[in-house]
Amino acid sequence: MSRTDVDTGVADRPQAAEPARRPARRPRPPLSREIVETRILGVLKWITIAFFLVATLFPFYYMVELSIRSIEDVALDPGALWPPRGASLSAFGEVLRSVEDGGQGFLVFLRNSGLVALASVAVTLVVSILGAYAIARLQFFGRRQVHFLFLAVYLFPAILLAIPLFVFFTRIGLRGSLFGLVLVYVSQIVPVTIHMLRNYFESIPEGLEEAAALDGAGRLTIIRRISLPLAMPAIMATSLFVFMIAWNEFLFALLFLVENRENWTVSLGLSQLAGSVEVAKTTLMAGSVILTVPIIVLFFATERLLVEGLTAGAEKG
Amino acid sequence: MVVLPILWTVVIAFQDLRLRNLRTRLFDFQFTLDNFETVLTSPGFLSALRVTLIYSIVGTALSIALGLVAALVVRKPFRGRTFVRASMLLPYVAPVVAVTFVWQIMLSPELGVVNAVGTDVLGWSEAIPFLEQRNGTLNLFGFSLGVPTALIVVILYQAWRYFPFSFLFILARLQALPGELDEAARVDGATPLQRFWRITLPQLQGVIALLTVLRFIWTFNEFDDIYLLTQGGAGTEVVSVRVFNYLTGRGDIGAAAALSLVLALLLVVLLFFYFRFFVGRVDEADAI
Repeated sequence: MSRTDVDTGVADRPQAAEPARRPARRPRPPLSREIVETRILGVLKWITIAFFLVATLFPFYYMVELSIRSIEDVALDPGALWPPRGASLSAFGEVLRSVEDGGQGFLVFLRNSGLVALASVAVTLVVSILGAYAIARLQFFGRRQVHFLFLAVYLFPAILLAIPLFVFFTRIGLRGSLFGLVLVYVSQIVPVTIHMLRNYFESIPEGLEEAAALDGAGRLTIIRRISLPLAMPAIMATSLFVFMIAWNEFLFALLFLVENRENWTVSLGLSQLAGSVEVAKTTLMAGSVILTVPIIVLFFATERLLVEGLTAGAEKG
Repeated sequence: MVVLPILWTVVIAFQDLRLRNLRTRLFDFQFTLDNFETVLTSPGFLSALRVTLIYSIVGTALSIALGLVAALVVRKPFRGRTFVRASMLLPYVAPVVAVTFVWQIMLSPELGVVNAVGTDVLGWSEAIPFLEQRNGTLNLFGFSLGVPTALIVVILYQAWRYFPFSFLFILARLQALPGELDEAARVDGATPLQRFWRITLPQLQGVIALLTVLRFIWTFNEFDDIYLLTQGGAGTEVVSVRVFNYLTGRGDIGAAAALSLVLALLLVVLLFFYFRFFVGRVDEADAI
């Protein structure tokens, strides 16, 4: 909206046109720019919110809707957004059944994804809690530089890191194993999680730890009894963050596991499923729902915690 | 675990290393520039570079703009705000494989709801293969306009998927802004739009600059989304997809490493210019 197309109020009005009548009736206030803008923006705001809600939620609704329709029905009437005819859960059955039973074996993939994600969380936490604590509290040479180095990892494309790891794992025979994948995830995520936790550790007053030290507690006891409980919100947020990344990850799973079907993760299994012609798109959507639901449930359950943990420090701007 | 692979990539980039000679050649340190020659002179390199740049610049701008708008509309509390906020984060937290497949089917010419609505309701003469069409024509008010359909769709997808990230950070910053300035401007008679342009936006400059850098880096290096949506076909081949193709398609590890190095170097140069000419506050990086 430009400045000129709104009535800016009394000051700009040609006063000379009707000088006599003005003082006589006063009660109606001029439609000021303030009021006009506030009203228009007030309406626009709700339209925008509705637009964003539709844009973000529709694809997920569509995913669920397709997963319970039959592929013939979709082909006949692709525009139908409500599935009254022949809605069934058979696609889920097909996806979850093991390969021997004519399914796609997603139960195994779910187990793999879960294992990889949980193991990544556990290892990342141990490494990054110790690392973050060291950077936040202990004095050592190059402390500031380490911090910078960690952020530099943002700069490089995942695919660049993938190449040497690909070579290395091929060489030592770890390619294709879930253990190798966990190792890769941890090494990718640790720089970021150390950074997140470090910020939090630094916000804990040192006095608390000094008091414990005076009472005769050793360094490890201090970490376990004082720092960790205090940093629990950040640790929870970090765990969720790691879990989601490991669960959703695709590129490394593709590079490392593709030749080894029993180790596929859900993401990889789904992407491989998409490549074969005989798998119906509705089956694919059922797989997508299976992949997405755990993450969305986890996210809605912990949204506040996660958001606060991730943006902690961002307010400083 | 992070520095070592990077250094190793540099070494590999100068080696004649392929998947089939990995066993014998890995520690054969005869350095050569052949890999760089291969990737820099190969057909399609320049177009991949162009696509990468367009994709990153437009994608970054769009995702930040959307994030800003989204943050502004949920700034003040209202009923159901928590739900709206959480919904807006969904595209970002959902698994990439699942959301790219939904988009694929949504846009598919035979099964997709977009083409169904387009042909039945909006009167398109035929279904548009959004993700397979390199160049389409857009008829608007009697003018025909050539448009790179697939590239536009991929960019829109990227804005959709990554605006939540900007949204999150801009919202956090908005809510930490001191209210006094805005209030003072209101008392002085500044209208809502004036207050936004003159008071709010300048205070968001820092976080937007930071987001620009982060989003640009990540979009520039983006692989998963494009690979899953189009496999780099129909004029959407970005450099990282090319790297992947060298690595797995041809098993040419040396060339893949060389190309990914070129990509990283280019990014460093672009960032250098960005910081040099646009930003005075490098220390923003500390905020994240």
